[in-house]
Amino acid sequence: MKYDIILSGVGGQGILSIATVIGDAAVKAGLQLKQAEVHGMSQRGGEVESGLRLSDSTIYSDLLPSGSADMILSMEPMEALRYLPFLAKDGYIVTSTAPFRNIPEYPEEAVKSAYEALPRVTGIDIERLARENSMPKSANMILLGAASGHFGILTPEQLKESIVNVFGRKGPQMVETNLRAFDIGMSCSQ
Amino acid sequence: MNETRLLLGDEAIALGALHAGLKGVYAYPGTPSTEITEFIQAAEARDRRGIHCTWSSNEKTAMEAALGMSYAGFRSMVCMKHVGMNVAADAFVNSAMTGVNGGLVVVAADDPSMHSSQNEQDSRFYGKFAMIPMLEPSTQQEAYDMMDYAFALSEKEKLPVLMRLTTRLAHSRAAVRVAGTVRDQHLQPADDPSSWVLLPANARRKNDRLTAMQAHLQELSESSPFTLVSHADGRQARLGIIASGTGYNYVMENKAAENGIPVLKVSQYPLPGQKVKALADSCKSILVVEDGQPFIEEQVKALTGAGYSILGKLSGDLPRTGELNPDIVARALGHEPVQFYAKPQGIAPRPPALCQGCGHRDVYIALNKVLADYPDARVFADIGCYTLGALPPFCAIDSCVDMGASITMAKGAADAGLHPAVAVIGDSTFTHSGMTGLLDAVNDRSNITVVISDNLTTAMTGGQDSAGTNKFEAICIALGVEPEHVRVVVPLQKNMESITAVIREEIDHEGVSVIIPRRECMQTLSRKTRKNPK
Repeated sequence: MKYDIILSGVGGQGILSIATVIGDAAVKAGLQLKQAEVHGMSQRGGEVESGLRLSDSTIYSDLLPSGSADMILSMEPMEALRYLPFLAKDGYIVTSTAPFRNIPEYPEEAVKSAYEALPRVTGIDIERLARENSMPKSANMILLGAASGHFGILTPEQLKESIVNVFGRKGPQMVETNLRAFDIGMSCSQ
Repeated sequence: MNETRLLLGDEAIALGALHAGLKGVYAYPGTPSTEITEFIQAAEARDRRGIHCTWSSNEKTAMEAALGMSYAGFRSMVCMKHVGMNVAADAFVNSAMTGVNGGLVVVAADDPSMHSSQNEQDSRFYGKFAMIPMLEPSTQQEAYDMMDYAFALSEKEKLPVLMRLTTRLAHSRAAVRVAGTVRDQHLQPADDPSSWVLLPANARRKNDRLTAMQAHLQELSESSPFTLVSHADGRQARLGIIASGTGYNYVMENKAAENGIPVLKVSQYPLPGQKVKALADSCKSILVVEDGQPFIEEQVKALTGAGYSILGKLSGDLPRTGELNPDIVARALGHEPVQFYAKPQGIAPRPPALCQGCGHRDVYIALNKVLADYPDARVFADIGCYTLGALPPFCAIDSCVDMGASITMAKGAADAGLHPAVAVIGDSTFTHSGMTGLLDAVNDRSNITVVISDNLTTAMTGGQDSAGTNKFEAICIALGVEPEHVRVVVPLQKNMESITAVIREEIDHEGVSVIIPRRECMQTLSRKTRKNPK
């Protein structure tokens, strides 16, 4: 069994924290894992992508082959579309619906019509949910919660344990907020 | 005690070095190598064991300091991005002539596809050039395992060892089984001037030794635990594959093993030529899969001779530029990758940009304002976040070549009469390679205006300490810049009038001027504020 994920977003949105939580859960579960990250210049408000591969057998490539991603998990709607060539035939997109407008002409119409043509999309306004629930830094964990029912290879409970592991050193308040964010995300996707 | 840890390739190298008994790492930050040194700086063992891990001014000073630590009998490591090898090259190549005492491993992280670099040079050519052993891991586990092996190899052969990796391994995480035991390994200081004083008479002898060792070093590659041969049972095959580094992973991802294709995995150099010839004898053709330039491919061509069919980057079966990936290798193996959804029309690129509130922004706004009145002006910039001044809305710079080239190119252009010739260089880049160029300009009284945009950190690689912080005025004056033409400003919108006035005055000054706009990087500032909230 394998599960390949493309994480995408804009530099600074927190996709690497999502990857860290999934990675921790995968190691604890005894799974194989490869996670290709983006560092350096691309972090400065540019497009950011990370490939995350989970499997119960050997994973060779750090990069995903095209047409193989079981999920595109995105902090930004246009950024998810950039990686569509990697999506498997029956793959899911779980994305924030809030555009991040730091470019001169954000293609609102192109993004809207692309989503209308796609099957299996879960779009959630995680930024609004994060604001309404006074957890501005936890939009990424809302997104992870919303996606967690799809993974199969990892359960939501395993991911929550890893939220405790990963955010533990930042204090109980951070853990509690991120667990609550995860639950809010989960309830949105049901 | 064995344990499993989730590590970047860079971190696996760092931990492998720590467990091998490292005494010091010397490095200048550079993507994708930075995290090696950062991991050691954060390791709890570093203070307890007195491990040196502060940043060096540049890759050459790093290489020389590591050689000195090796001389003293201890294990040392130098880490850099590929272009750092150019800076370290003098010390690096000559360290193969002196040889080493304590184990010395040089890590060069190449950046095919130029994710954060200005060229795609392949560091393996440096290893061959210096005629030293070289290792190339494919996985994070190998990156860890190879460090203990590399230090032992270096001490046994009395040569530095080059470890080459690429961005994809450096910046990809995987679970790594680690030993958790630490070697306590050191030797007596060297005491052999005839080895270490490279006067021609000594150097000729050392050169003969190094040259005579090459057959032995190749033998070590043939029998290396990291050289793997699969499915080469002597039966004739249509196609065989030679792969190295991340290239090997893409070959295996494309089911080479399941399809019974013979594969030679090259992980140690000099190239194991016997293994190459054996594979060639049992195959009609060979596909060479390597990230970077056709380094193995050219040597395999020479070994197999003219009539033999070698597929790879030179034959056009793989692209000459950019990093490899599973799809590119699938195509070379005759499989068209599947794609179910196309990227929609109209998806806009989102290039990186200078952060909101960044001081470099104010520097470029001020420069653009002043230089609008000087149509012949050229701005020679340098390597750092501020290279993003090339992009809209600023479009403020005319060149960016290599670390330090801003000052020296401005000088050369000014020597030819170009005016105004403005150099823009960051604080860390200035201490890396700008100071000597400034001395040249002072000695020639070149008519240039140097802007040292000081954000008190090495920002582009994530905010490492900058070697010259609090010393820039003193350095410039000591190099001979007239004190009244060393001007400090604070790059903020509200100061725009005074900043533009200073720039104008210094451009009109005939001779060398230095303007230092100084304001802390927004990223390091917000990190500090988060850590110590008031």
